[in-house]
Amino acid sequence: MAKPEVKQKSDLLLDIRNLRLEAKVFPPGEPPRTITLVHDVSLTLQRGKVLGLIGESGAGKSTIGLSSMGYGRGGVKITGGEVIINGRDILKSGKSGIRKLRGREVCYVAQSAAASFNPAHRLMDQVVEASLLHGVATRAEAEKRAVALFKKLSLPNPETIGDRYPHQVSGGQLQRVMTAMALCSEPDLIVFDEPTTALDVTTQIDVLAAIKDAIRDTGVAALYITHDLAVVAQVSDEIMVLRHGRLVEWGGTRQIIKEPRQEYTNALVSVHEITHEEQKPGADPFLSVKNVTASYGGGKVKVLKNVSVDIYPGQTLAVVGESGSGKSTLARAITGLLPPEEGSITFSGRMLANRLADRPKEDLQQLQMIYQMADVAMNPRQTVGTIIGRPLEFYFGMKGRERDARVNELLDKIEMGKGFIDRYPAELSGGQKQRVCIARSLAAKPKLIICDEVTSALDPLVANGILKLLLELQKEEQVAYLFITHDLATVKSIADSIAVMYRGEVVRYGPKSQVLAPPFDAYTDLLLSSVPEMEIGWLEKAIKGRRMASAGN
Amino acid sequence: MSSPIVKLIAQRIALGVLLLFAVSILIFVGTQILPGDVAQSILGQSATPQALENLRNSLGLNDPAYIRYLRWAGGVVTGDLGTALSSGQDIAGSIGGRLWNTLFLAFWAAVISVPLAIILGLLAVRYRNGPIDKLISGLALASTSLPEFFIGYLLVYFFAVKWQIFPGISTVYDGMPFLERLRAIALPATALTLVVLAHMMRMTRAAILNVMQSAYIETAELKGLRPFDIIRKHAFPNAIAPIVNVVMLNLAFLVVGVVVIEVIFVYPGMGQYLVDHVAKRDVPVVQAVGLIFAAVYISLNIIADIAAILANPRLRHPK
Repeated sequence: MAKPEVKQKSDLLLDIRNLRLEAKVFPPGEPPRTITLVHDVSLTLQRGKVLGLIGESGAGKSTIGLSSMGYGRGGVKITGGEVIINGRDILKSGKSGIRKLRGREVCYVAQSAAASFNPAHRLMDQVVEASLLHGVATRAEAEKRAVALFKKLSLPNPETIGDRYPHQVSGGQLQRVMTAMALCSEPDLIVFDEPTTALDVTTQIDVLAAIKDAIRDTGVAALYITHDLAVVAQVSDEIMVLRHGRLVEWGGTRQIIKEPRQEYTNALVSVHEITHEEQKPGADPFLSVKNVTASYGGGKVKVLKNVSVDIYPGQTLAVVGESGSGKSTLARAITGLLPPEEGSITFSGRMLANRLADRPKEDLQQLQMIYQMADVAMNPRQTVGTIIGRPLEFYFGMKGRERDARVNELLDKIEMGKGFIDRYPAELSGGQKQRVCIARSLAAKPKLIICDEVTSALDPLVANGILKLLLELQKEEQVAYLFITHDLATVKSIADSIAVMYRGEVVRYGPKSQVLAPPFDAYTDLLLSSVPEMEIGWLEKAIKGRRMASAGN
Repeated sequence: MSSPIVKLIAQRIALGVLLLFAVSILIFVGTQILPGDVAQSILGQSATPQALENLRNSLGLNDPAYIRYLRWAGGVVTGDLGTALSSGQDIAGSIGGRLWNTLFLAFWAAVISVPLAIILGLLAVRYRNGPIDKLISGLALASTSLPEFFIGYLLVYFFAVKWQIFPGISTVYDGMPFLERLRAIALPATALTLVVLAHMMRMTRAAILNVMQSAYIETAELKGLRPFDIIRKHAFPNAIAPIVNVVMLNLAFLVVGVVVIEVIFVYPGMGQYLVDHVAKRDVPVVQAVGLIFAAVYISLNIIADIAAILANPRLRHPK
């Protein structure tokens, strides 16, 4: 395919001018209206450079990224501005012009490669599809190039991995195959849309390094979209901070993370800094998990092996590990959802029944849970008042005015005003939904709240607010937390003691100050060294210093 | 082929056999509950009690029910469907040719309707919510809403009476040349196609639309594929299981639901045979035809299940 003449002359690859994106929304109980998602944003990108787009959800970063392919997700429409790639405005090139651009000049790497590969076709067929479609290469050439890319992205068995189907390959590997797919047709620009967000930290670092090397070696330009400033600092030449569809700040990577000029950027840079004084473990724990072993499928798959942890009144035990390490299973064992096969759980000096069905109401009341996905943990057809009032009725028999008064009290505690009592979950933001879930669990006056990745689905600033709220509530109510997370920054902020889990076992356990102090065991070291730091050159240093490879990449 | 698939398929087949066995009991019980007495209907109102008793004894009608069932089921397993009471002919012999005729008609109706329905479904998705989609859906729905006998007579009126292109009566006989035979069934096959088309088309459309929400469809769009290629290459393979299911249900209808069409076009198939013998209260024939229809239904559904299993790459290629 003949490339445009401009390409040799100009270093400017992408030039977005006054881009405006709109969508029609259908709010419940209101007539549909048009909202503006992106307000006249302009940006330029030089050939071979990487621009990081960063912001919270709703900032418009993905929407801007996709507009460089002339694509609007859902009902999003490009209603104004110009998108100039290789010297021509693609918005004026018509449907077939845009089709020639997609997969040829601009390629896309999605957040969830697992969902973005077609389950019905072999990986190789999907990787070379765009190259064949646009006549970039013959099938043999394209496959050869794909294998070379698989090698470059350090995928195992690069010669044969293309014969596999998506379900036969792990999430981290799929993310790399998707990067190879984007590189295969030798595009000028790749849009990376949160490519490592869905991965474990230990896997993220490998994928990130692979993507960075591939960008450097192929000289492709990239728009790198993420909400994690520490991640984007590793790969970008420049960073653009967006909020509510507007440009906040745009500058070199070093300037943005070291000398942010805007208050909002500053807030993003210093998100995780919560100071929490570690409390020493008390004399006796009120909940004690002793040598618990549990499995799925009637003993076939052991998911917890001889796990022992203690929780002290009013303190926080953080359980960390990568996906599949058994963190959530531990919560299921404690709540009785997955009865342990061996071992015991004692609560306030007495044994807890293994099975949920055998536990009296008082035990249920003492153990409450908050989940990762707040919106699916609430009945969408109940108001906030009903949702929070339900445990009050169920455990304490409160009714009428007494109940409403207590609901209002709880809403005050989670820093939400009285106006929220008649709202439905759909009318709340992500952070507000999680707050309502916290209020619901507090309503039962529990001794322990199990928090299962409660901040993972939230934007950093919102998550920060939730963590601060949880710490305040702990001081007021003397409630203990079992805090399950894969995010070590969160752990540092709120834990009193930490249990590190790996393949169903607790590999390191103790007070926070001890667990986070060297010497480390190999796995804890890997986990700690994999957390991205807002430091240019951190990635290379971290990869060099590793003692073991991650398990689930 | 890997073992989990073999196991799954073996389970489906075993279940099918079990189901067929259960259906045979139902058919037998059902025909026993029907009012009327075979001996009475053979000998007529004026028969003496002694003659009735003798006939009942000789037909084995006085034996306990389970013995009669076992005698019948045992015969079926060895290929003996019994003798027709009304004519005294061997049922297996007279069904053979008719079953072949019915399958011939169903086959050609399927050859036309299945690809047509799927292509129309794909087109409806391609132009979804536009005029083409609405036109396809509208026409298909209209043809389904019209009763099959009405469609049949309409076809006869235009193609046989007015324009005289195809025969209005589908007579076929042994040794008939193949093309002649095709000409004879042109009208009933068209009528059947029109009856089953809409259901398959609309399910194809719905199944593919369901898949169109997936992230990998977006991936295909962002590779620059044409909309119809996206539907054909990326959506359709993932919608095969539900589509095969509805196709098989309609194929089963083509075999067992042709009664009305066969009567209209005087086509010598199973349906007509069944109707004739229900009128004569010929219980063994009704039982035999019922069992064959059930077997057709069950085997087509087994095929649908197996096709759905084979269409799933997770089962075909385990980790």
